[in-house]
Amino acid sequence: MSVDHSEALAALVGMSTGFPTVALDLVNEPMIRHWAEAMGDTNPVYFDAVAGVTAGLGGIVAPPTMLQAWSMVGLTGTLKRESSRGEKKDLENANDTMMRLLDEEGLTSVVATNCEQEYDRPLRPGERIAMRATIETISDVKKTGLGVGRFTTSLSEFFSVDESFPSDPSLRDAALAKAERVGTMRFRILKFAPQASAPAKPPRPKPALTQDNAFFFEGLNEGKLLIQRCTACATLRHPPLPACGKCESLEWDTIESKGSGEIYSFVVVHYPQVPSFDYPLPIALVALDEGTRIVANVSIDPEHIAIGQRVIARIETFDNDLSLPVFDLDTGA
Amino acid sequence: MSQRTFSSVAVGDVLPELVLPITPTLIVSGALASRDYQDVHHDKDLANERGSKDIFMNILTTNGLVGRYITDWTGPAGLLRRVDIRLGAPNYPGDTMVLTGEVITVAEDERDAAYGVVHIAVVGANDLGNHVQGTVQVSLPLKESA
Repeated sequence: MSVDHSEALAALVGMSTGFPTVALDLVNEPMIRHWAEAMGDTNPVYFDAVAGVTAGLGGIVAPPTMLQAWSMVGLTGTLKRESSRGEKKDLENANDTMMRLLDEEGLTSVVATNCEQEYDRPLRPGERIAMRATIETISDVKKTGLGVGRFTTSLSEFFSVDESFPSDPSLRDAALAKAERVGTMRFRILKFAPQASAPAKPPRPKPALTQDNAFFFEGLNEGKLLIQRCTACATLRHPPLPACGKCESLEWDTIESKGSGEIYSFVVVHYPQVPSFDYPLPIALVALDEGTRIVANVSIDPEHIAIGQRVIARIETFDNDLSLPVFDLDTGA
Repeated sequence: MSQRTFSSVAVGDVLPELVLPITPTLIVSGALASRDYQDVHHDKDLANERGSKDIFMNILTTNGLVGRYITDWTGPAGLLRRVDIRLGAPNYPGDTMVLTGEVITVAEDERDAAYGVVHIAVVGANDLGNHVQGTVQVSLPLKESA
């Protein structure tokens, strides 16, 4: 985390996240019914005044867990908020400021972790609900399973108010001081920096293709292990070279090796490790039956690889575009 | 719904489990009934764009389902006092959430002498793990009402 806004964040604790708001709708039976239907809740006290009286509640009540629903801004409010996101810093409230500071710290992801609601009493149809939200806590930076982040808790307080509740938002805090609180909600979120997922294995280094060696890799692409042969003296040579080491002729052609041979020598690389390969990494010098040697990977357990083992080549394609011979133990099967 | 009374409840009582198939209908109707129009709760394409494999249940619905689970058990006179939940694995369509609960403590209700408070530990588990776990306080009348 390169940016540290600890001080600016601490200054936000205790601040309300704007003026108190009033629910768009009074507590009402249609919204209660929609809620109860969605939840599959058949409790009759949400529909039936007689059942409410029988249960000692005096009539129909709203499901207590609807508390927050009364304060929601609805579709129009949601769309307005979405479209104005990121505009006009001077209009941001303490919550917007907190989220922006956390974003600037690199804690760009958010997940809700806890919701704690307390109900002072059931709400009845016809009640007008007002709400005030305050930033209650902002934690130090913590290590979490999701990445480093800060937990923040907001406290929402819900009040029952009457029609005299001021429409001027700046007068509402004073009015709430005299209003009856009906419930509270503490909502905790984690703002965190998503952990970078483990980097994908980089592709294997590509061979440098030259006029001399291109035939070898092109052959592998076609599924053939080609070995260079001097057309003057028929000596095989590998790796590819322009001239014959025995007779110095520049003339050559190729033969297709059957891929059979035996391990002439080998190493098992433990270090240094290149990210494209798995370690320990056995590499063998294989004496081909046709009569030259080739360096290649072997897929034999490094504990059990040995000089003199019979091996057989297969051609494996790495990273979708690099074909190379790999030698397996030849069990004669 | 029959009414449970405080005296009939003991620590260790286990609530019958509630098996809830998580359908798109449940997620969408819960989101809209709670007036939560965030697109991740009703629009699969936008949920995908935001890195979620599908739409997922909003927290208000989770609260509502936990509340329903408790009052299904208490009966109509059960008064929810407090729902304190920790959120975990998302509820995606096609999954099933199983709610289980157990009475962990019983106490007098300081707010009303005619009631006693029951604390219930609740877990809602789906295929991914615990969607929700927490505690609920619900007040039950000491006696059957007349």
